[in-house]
Amino acid sequence: MTTPIIGQVINLLASLLLLIAFAMLSQRRILSLINLFALQGLVLSVSTAVVAYSSSQHHLYYSAALTLILKVLILPSILHRLIRKLNVKWDVETLLNIPITMLLGIVLVIFAFNLAAPISQMASTITKGTLGIAMASVLLSFLMMITRSKAVPQVIGFLAMENGLFFAATSATYGMPMVVELGIALDVLVGMFILGIFFFHIRETFDSLDLQHMEKLKED
Amino acid sequence: MEILWVLVIPLAGGLLLALYGHRRFAPELNSAMSLGTLIAAGVLTVRVITGGPFSFFEEQFFVDSFNVFLVALTAFVGFTTALFSRPYMRIEQHHGKLTANMLRLYHAMYQLFSFTMLLALLTNNLGILWVAMEAATLTTVLLVSLYRTPASLEAAWKYFILCGVGIAQALFGTILLYFAAEKVLGAGGNALLWTHLNAVKMQLEPTVLSLAFVFLLVGYGTKVGLAPLHNWLPDAHAEGPTPVSAVLSGLLLNVALYAVVRSKVLVDGALGSHFAGNLMMGFGLLSVVMAAFFLLRQKDIKRLFAYSSIEHMGLMTFAFGMGGAVATFAGMLHMTVHSLTKSAIFFAVGHATQKSGTQVMEHIRGLIKTNPTIGWGLTLGTLAILGMPPFGVFASEFLILTTAMHAYPWTTPFLLVALGVAFAAIFSRVQTMVFGASSGQRLPHPPALLPVFAHLGLVLMLGLYIPPYLSDWYRQAVALIG
Repeated sequence: MTTPIIGQVINLLASLLLLIAFAMLSQRRILSLINLFALQGLVLSVSTAVVAYSSSQHHLYYSAALTLILKVLILPSILHRLIRKLNVKWDVETLLNIPITMLLGIVLVIFAFNLAAPISQMASTITKGTLGIAMASVLLSFLMMITRSKAVPQVIGFLAMENGLFFAATSATYGMPMVVELGIALDVLVGMFILGIFFFHIRETFDSLDLQHMEKLKED
Repeated sequence: MEILWVLVIPLAGGLLLALYGHRRFAPELNSAMSLGTLIAAGVLTVRVITGGPFSFFEEQFFVDSFNVFLVALTAFVGFTTALFSRPYMRIEQHHGKLTANMLRLYHAMYQLFSFTMLLALLTNNLGILWVAMEAATLTTVLLVSLYRTPASLEAAWKYFILCGVGIAQALFGTILLYFAAEKVLGAGGNALLWTHLNAVKMQLEPTVLSLAFVFLLVGYGTKVGLAPLHNWLPDAHAEGPTPVSAVLSGLLLNVALYAVVRSKVLVDGALGSHFAGNLMMGFGLLSVVMAAFFLLRQKDIKRLFAYSSIEHMGLMTFAFGMGGAVATFAGMLHMTVHSLTKSAIFFAVGHATQKSGTQVMEHIRGLIKTNPTIGWGLTLGTLAILGMPPFGVFASEFLILTTAMHAYPWTTPFLLVALGVAFAAIFSRVQTMVFGASSGQRLPHPPALLPVFAHLGLVLMLGLYIPPYLSDWYRQAVALIG
């Protein structure tokens, strides 16, 4: 493939990521949220592989494989098992209604593009145009964490934010050094296990995973 | 080699206690492992003092006088806290708050937490520093929620989400730093090594570095407990077991501040301006003032001292932000004395709450009558933390204040008012708890008060006399980061 086509493919995948981030923001059902998260991981993994091919950065193939295993297979299956075991209700209430959230999301995207513009100009990577999208998906996941009141969607937002950061690393610099990436992957995995245990504790104590029960600790 | 021992002992301790942490001898094993770490850290310190800074394992680890003093401090407070937690956790178990499995989790995580902090301090790779900081959050989440009460679960959840989001910002900052470094040092693992970055810091792209620093400061600043990102800190301190509050306040906050200061050195070099320092001064001053006024409204004794930690971390951030030889020296001295004093206070507070069966200050009375050592420990610790001479906190606060008066006179009224308000808030509360009629019960195990007085003795010594090797040590560190 020639470079311009590859550039187009990468941009296409990046815009898919942005689309998925918006889809997650508007999604009410927890099951679809997990599937969207897995899809986001898949797109991320493919785009990393394409970048690896076009820039002949071989270590990126390992990152792509790591993403595929961790974020498409392991984490979604842990989440699926968790919601089955915890018998979580299907619907997710949001604290803000969805049209307003989407509008806020658009504002965040514009902000992210403006913030990323000066940095993208300095980058020498083939993917430099996508840094804005990476920042936008980080901010959108952040918005999702703020607007959800249940524990599981908050965690999915947290993991999606990590995806956005990973994408930022690939688009600005062809990925972080391998040691660091392995370390981050380990942290995410351990964090997920700890949260799994934690969910059970929360539900045992509160009979629900709704975080609105957890607003006792306030300053009087 | 010494570096390896400092890291391997707590890691092995974590694994060992994951197996045997519920046994009768587990608290002693925990203390023994921490003692081993302390000895290894002592050997490492001696080597750095005599031989100067060195790196290890293809430069992946690096020790200089700045981080070695924190390593020694971390290992020391880690050991004394393990000593304190021996009777404390036994009493908690006796009161029926803990099961054997919870105790096993506690001991294993305590050692792993020490490991992650020492790794964060010793690594030369800024990416691994991030990984270790995140791992430190993960190990303490389950410690904060150890009692499984609704309040402790809420505190742990808040801690996880806020610090997780915060530390994600720090990851973005690290990515930006790598982005700038890669242009100068080339791609690969070495581009994130602090020593390499420090050598070429003049050539790093200033705009990228200033943006990176904003993200790093917000990210690690969340863990330092800087306002307005401090929300997790009082909850996590109040709801977790007291030994965990002691190490969170005394050690983790320092390690997070260490990460900020390391980044500041690079950014200062690249920008050649006082941008990073100004940001740190702003956040620091805001934390000092805000924490002082929140102190007035506290009812829970552990929350009270948690807010006092926010105040002192703010003061240190402010001192490092001012920069210059005296302020940086004072910042490091304050790091040392604050972590010793605050952990001593938490030891005394821990036994005081066990005696009274509550953390509500109104219901804690007459400590001096029932147990004079706890009462005096708390009184002296409080006087020390409030900056009374002749304790060491007075020396460092005095240096910070005089430098501020000289360099940034407009900050002086804010600092003085905040310190005054904090004094009034804490001293009046502690006075009523210590004196008066008593309400306490006898503890089933003799409390551990040696660590309290050992810490306070050291703080007193640092206020009266700083040994020459220690001041040399600080001066070398000042030259590195000043």
